[in-house]
This record gives sequence, C-alpha cells and structure tokens, in this order.
Amino acid sequence: MTVLSIENVSKRYGKVQALDQVSVEAMSGMRTAVVGPSGSGKTTLLRMIAGFETPDSGHVSVGGELLADAETSVPAHLRSIGIVAQDGALFPHLTVADNIGFGISRTDRQRNERILSLLDMVELDQGMLSRRPHQLSGGQQQRVALARALACRPRLMLLDEPFSALDTGLRENMRKTVSRLLQSAGVTTILVTHDQEEALSFADRVVVMREGRVVQAGTPQELYFHPKDRATALFMGDAVLLPAIAKGSIANCALGNVSIAGHHKGKVEIMLRPEQIRIATDSGSDDTTGQVVDVEFSGATSTIAVALNGAALPPIRIKTSSVALPSPGSYVRLDVAEKAHVLEA
Amino acid sequence: MLQHASSLRRSSGRTGGHRFLPALRPHPVATLLALCVALFSLLPLGFIVLVTFDVGWETVRELVFRPRVGELLINTVYLEVVTIPISIVVAVGLAWLTERTDLPFRRFFSGLAVAPLAIPAFVHSYAWITFLPGMRGLWSAVFVAVLAYYPFLYLPVAASLRRLDPALEDAGASLGLSPLRVFLRVVLPQLRLAICGGSLLIALHLLSEYGLFVMIRFDTFATAIVDQFQSSYNSPASNMLGGVLVLCCLLLLLLEIILRGNERYARVGTGTARPSVVHALGALTLPCLLLPILVAGLAIGVPLYTLGRWMWLGGLAIWQADMLGNALLQTLVLSLVGGVLATALAAPMAWLSVRAPGRVQRVLEACHYYVGSLPGVVVALALVTVTVRYFMPLYQTFATLLAAYVLLFLPRAMVGLRASIAQAPVELERAATALGRPPRRAVFEITFRLAAPGAAASVALAALGIANELTATLMLSPLGVDTLATRFWSLTSEIDYVSAAPYAVMMVVLSMPMTLYLHLQSKRVAGQ
Repeated sequence: MTVLSIENVSKRYGKVQALDQVSVEAMSGMRTAVVGPSGSGKTTLLRMIAGFETPDSGHVSVGGELLADAETSVPAHLRSIGIVAQDGALFPHLTVADNIGFGISRTDRQRNERILSLLDMVELDQGMLSRRPHQLSGGQQQRVALARALACRPRLMLLDEPFSALDTGLRENMRKTVSRLLQSAGVTTILVTHDQEEALSFADRVVVMREGRVVQAGTPQELYFHPKDRATALFMGDAVLLPAIAKGSIANCALGNVSIAGHHKGKVEIMLRPEQIRIATDSGSDDTTGQVVDVEFSGATSTIAVALNGAALPPIRIKTSSVALPSPGSYVRLDVAEKAHVLEA
Repeated sequence: MLQHASSLRRSSGRTGGHRFLPALRPHPVATLLALCVALFSLLPLGFIVLVTFDVGWETVRELVFRPRVGELLINTVYLEVVTIPISIVVAVGLAWLTERTDLPFRRFFSGLAVAPLAIPAFVHSYAWITFLPGMRGLWSAVFVAVLAYYPFLYLPVAASLRRLDPALEDAGASLGLSPLRVFLRVVLPQLRLAICGGSLLIALHLLSEYGLFVMIRFDTFATAIVDQFQSSYNSPASNMLGGVLVLCCLLLLLLEIILRGNERYARVGTGTARPSVVHALGALTLPCLLLPILVAGLAIGVPLYTLGRWMWLGGLAIWQADMLGNALLQTLVLSLVGGVLATALAAPMAWLSVRAPGRVQRVLEACHYYVGSLPGVVVALALVTVTVRYFMPLYQTFATLLAAYVLLFLPRAMVGLRASIAQAPVELERAATALGRPPRRAVFEITFRLAAPGAAASVALAALGIANELTATLMLSPLGVDTLATRFWSLTSEIDYVSAAPYAVMMVVLSMPMTLYLHLQSKRVAGQ
C-alpha cells in the first residue's frame, strides 16, 4: 500500500527552483532514502512532507489523505509525521523523560510506561531518564530524538541526515539500530542524506535527486549497477566509464569484448563498478590488457591503477584482494565479471 | 496562524477527516501585533511632524539652523564617539576576565561589574559632583557616563562569552593563531551581536539622559529641550530640537543595523556546547586584577562613599518614613506594571525580528527602537499634547504615565528578548509541531520557555529604568504621585544634598534585587 505519495511537486525560492516536478512514492513499512548532493532539494522535499514548507504546485498525500497542494496545507502538528533532525533538536530545558514524553498526553495513564518502553526500545538505560540533553553523547541524543518521534506513533518517519553528526563507527552502528527499530515498529521511513553509502545500506528504495529533480528511483542494487546517467553512476560510487562500440549484447571497448545488458548498436558509453573487474590469474599468455601504474594498499583490499593498452584514456582504478598483488610496471590481463551497464547518452 | 488555530478547535483528533487550510503565511498575528505597537511608538514622531507643519517652514528653519543646534550636535557626537569605544573596551575586558580566565574572585567581580546598574545615572553624577565639585564638561560627562552605562555592554557580552562554542576557539588555535589573535579573530567577531546591541543601548541613553548631564553641566539636546520647555514653555522650539534628536537616533539605528549583519547566531550543532575553556593568567594575574578593582572603585566605591557621607551628616532627621514609604510604594508598583507591559508589547516584534527578518520587520523594529531614544521630555510632551487635544479624560492619569514608560523602555525590553529568542532555534519549535503541538503552543512551550530567562531580564531591565525615570514622570504623573526619582530631583534642585540622600539610597536598594536577578539570569544558560 502506498503511504506517501508526492506528485509533481514544485517549489521556487526567488530565482532558485528548489523542487521541479518532483514525484516520489513510499510503500507501507518500507525505508526510502532520498539522496543527492547539497542543494539538490532533498531537504526542501523533507520539510514539505513534514509541513514546514508548502508546494507551489503539485500534491503531497499521506495514507490517501491530501496534506498539501498549491492552495491548502495541513499544518505540521496535525500531520502525525515524526521527524528526527540532524542534531536531534532535543529540548534543552527538558529531561530525557520529558523529551520522550513530549508528544504523549499528560493525562495518558500509560505515559510513564510508554516512556520506559520507548527508552528500552532505543536501548538506553533507565538512569538516563532524569538527565538533560547536554549530559548525553551525540549517539544517545539521537536515540532520545528517535524515541521522542516514535512516541507519537507516527504514520511516517522522516530522518534528516540523523547520522551525519556522529563519528564513523557509531554512525554505522546507529544506522543498523535505527533501521532495525523502525522495521520492528513497522514505520514507513524517509531518510534524507548526501551520503550514498548510507542510502544504499539503509534503504529498500533509493531516490536520487539533482538540481531539484528526481533523476532516478529504484532498489539500491538497481541504482548501483544500472544508473541512468554518468553523474548518477559517479554519485553512487566509484565507476569505470569506457567508450565502446555496441553490437547486440556485446560491446567492444579497451577491455576487449564485454557482454552488456539489453541490445544496443553503435557508439555507447559503458559503466563497470571497479569490483566487477578482476585480474586474470592465468596471465601466462601475451594478450595483456594493460600495465599496472600504481598500487594502493589499504588492508584487506587494494586499489590498482591500470593503463589500458592502446587507449588514450586515464588509467582505470580497480579494487582487488590484497593477496598476491601485481607490482607496478607489470602487465596484467583483466576479466570482467557480470554484464557491463550501458549509460544513457 | 489564525486560520490554523481556528481549524484546531474544529478538528477533534490528530488523524482522519479532511482539514483543508490555506497555505502557511508568515506569522500574521505577530506581524499585526507588532504593527499596532509600532504605530503606537510612532505617536511622538507623528506629534513632532504635526507640530512642524503647524508652525510652518520659516519658523522651522529659524529654530533648527542656528549655531546653538550646531553646538549641541557637536557635543552629542563627541559624547557618543568617546563614550562608546571606552565602554566597549571596559565591558569586553571585564567580561573576558570574569568569564574566561582564572582571575581570583571572578564571580565576585562579575557581580560588581553589573552593580553600577543599581545606581541611577543622575545619582552617579550627584555622587561625583559632590565628591569633586569641579567636574564639568565633555570629559567629566564621558567619565560618569561610562561608569553608569558600561554594564549595558557587560551583561550581553559576558552572556555571549559564556555561550560561545569553545570548539571554534580550538579551531582557531589549531590554525596557528596565538591566544590574542584567537580572541581578536574568532571570539570578538562572535560578540558582534552583543556589542552592537549593548552599544546601541548606551548610545540611545546618551541621547536621552537629562539628569546626569545637567549636574555635570554638559549641554546635550535633552538638557536643552528641558531648559527650553521650562524657561519659555515655547514648545515649538523644544519640539524642533526633538526633531533633530530623532534624526540622530535614526542614524544610530541605521548604523547598528549595518554593523549587526544577519548571520545566524543560534547554535545548531551537535546538541549542546561544551563548557568554555578557562585561560590561566599566570604572572598577569595582579595587573589584570587592577581593571575590575579600579572600575568597581569608581563606579561603586565613590557613589557609596558619597551617599554614606551625606547620610552620616544628615543623621536620623532625614528619614521621614511616610514620605519615603509613599514614594517607595508608588515607584514599586509603577515600575513593575510598566516593565511587564513593555516586555509584553515588545514580544511580537522581538520574535519577528529573529524568526522572520525582512524589510517590513526592520521598519517595524526601527519604530520600536527609535521611540526609546527620545528623551523622556519629548515623549511626555507628545503625550501631554495628544491627551489634551484628543483624549482629555486620560490627561494626567496612570494610563498616560504607563504609556510613556512603555514607549521609553520598549528598546530595553527588545534587546534582551531578541537575544534570548535567538537562543531558541526554530528547529526546536519545528520538532514540537512535528510531535503534535499546534504552532502557538509550540511557541509557548518551547520558544517562550527557552526565552523566559531573557524575558525576565527584559522585565527587570525595563522596570529598573522606570524606577529611576525622571523627566517623563515629572511631567506626566497624576497629582499626588511622587516617585523616589522625582522627590530626589526636587531636593537636589534645592541643593538639599543631605535630604536627597535617603531617596538615592532607596533607589539603589530598590534596584539591587533587580540587578542581582539580572546578573544571575545572565549566568543561567537556558535549561541549565
């Protein structure tokens, strides 16, 4: 069932077109990540769903109920949409208990129980209840912010880069915790982030935005292996982009003949993820593909730069296991695993 | 917001049902309220414009373009240009020492630094003129004015220093700046809002103050206007001088708006900032101690000594209980009611100026500010004329007197409120609405709560001013109303320094709890 439906929403601030005919859908219980570079309009979109902005045109509906269009807008407090901001936005004058209980009616008999169970849910100790936000670490603040938002039993949860203020180890940990929590609570979630890795690992569905438009939407795998265009390909991760001549399901490029998805003809640009390219182990023959120009060791995996034979291209960078690394200057043959992806012109 | 509130009453639950509402518009209720207050503040200006039209261009030219006005203008410029930089240096120096160093007794000195606020400016000059009878002219005026007014800068600067994120200073140091350059390039720029606000307040006081400069015999527009009014009751002349004064004030406002800039000052980082770093003074401790000791000696020691001396000379005979008690009670009631009223009326504008800055808001804000820079006498003249002409029943009533207080102390209420609302980031209000609070309740529960210490400070600041207000009270008070300030003034005018002393002491005593409260409030960061 569709929970969130955004149709052709546009928003303009003076000369800046923040959102341009944006359409996004989110299904019940799913986690959607909206990802894009800063200035892509993703935060505006989030604020519009929350009710802090109104669209110039288009519709925003949640659970089949129209929340906003060009003329009308249901105010934020009547939307039942939870939001966790980048810095948590905890109320500095309230204790953890009062922060969590902020959205629960004071007359609710089960208020205290609810606060306790929420605290438990976000894996915080009961001793925290009487603390003030400034006495908590960043990760703890985010947990409290999440519990506070969950307390209202929102029909939709918005996460505004909630992990970006945390340090790397904690960030990954929090991402997993939050993902698990939201899944068990069955809450439909929209995450806004500029970090593509976060989007890929957190979400069931990823929406890529650029310059106020939705460029592509799909599963993380789709977006990673089948990006629509060059910019999306590079935004979603490292990529090897090569010019090629396609003929049916085969493309001829500097790596030789590689199989491609679908049928194409003529000049195309193909994309491979670095981990799709492997160094052939049986390199006894003379048919090498290129020369190793640089080896960058980084623990379990290493990055190798290979200058391709007979191609006026910058060296391609591939990732390989650090076991039995070729040395710089040596010639190698490269194999391609899986099909290459043909980018739209 | 109006529409949303009414829709709330209609809708019973948070989900279900269709609630089609007009799209959000920026704060119509607050804008409307601020507009009403702004229009009310334009009353004295409108009155001057009206009188200017009444007397005609010829008379205006005669009254404005004359050497006397030039002299007053030069005096005013000198006074501002000399007093404000000195006050900034004194206040920032004291604030830095008491907030960011390991100066011995720094808590005590921080209290002392605020204490001169408890002594009205004209009591400061009363103390100095009876201590050094030869004091007069520009430098004496600057000297007394700095001592009387620097706390207006010290308070916001010290509060800002406490709230600065130490991470910024660390960043500066890690970029290779010496501690001094970190102060100049990282800390000082962030004090800009506080310094601008405080300086504006002092500058406006210098334009409006009457009693201080009369005693020091330094002519400013304010003293000239009162002279004119008292000698000839020729109000066009004083109104024209008032017109020039209004222009000076508008200029100051413009200057502050330019210097203030429009960066965001609310901290939206990772929750709450760490406590700030304390710098060790080491061998500099003793020389550094000199500054707070010297300032306290001059701004507190001398007035206390003089007052003590007059009381000693007067003995018990000067304490007439019923006269004093009556004046005290009237002062208390008037200043509290006036302070609350002024703060309540300043709130919509303070909120708009932080949350929805724009051209219209700036114009409205300017209206709120300019009126406080008018000398009491101009506001009083305007209210006298308006009530006599249009609202005779209100003439010489408490309502008129309170109206004058509100007009005069609106800027004081604004400064504290604006700074404290800036401390409550809009993100928190948004979080509250996302949790189901209607916008108005979110404002009350979050922003107002977080701004409450600032609002209390605003009430105290305004009440403090009212308790010591002299000129408007003299001119507007209903028959039989005698505040401490007006009694004190009539006694000193008769050179009865001895009998005046108890009133001065009462004013100081009355201002002390408020000053203390102000001091404590500024120490308390919201929620801590």
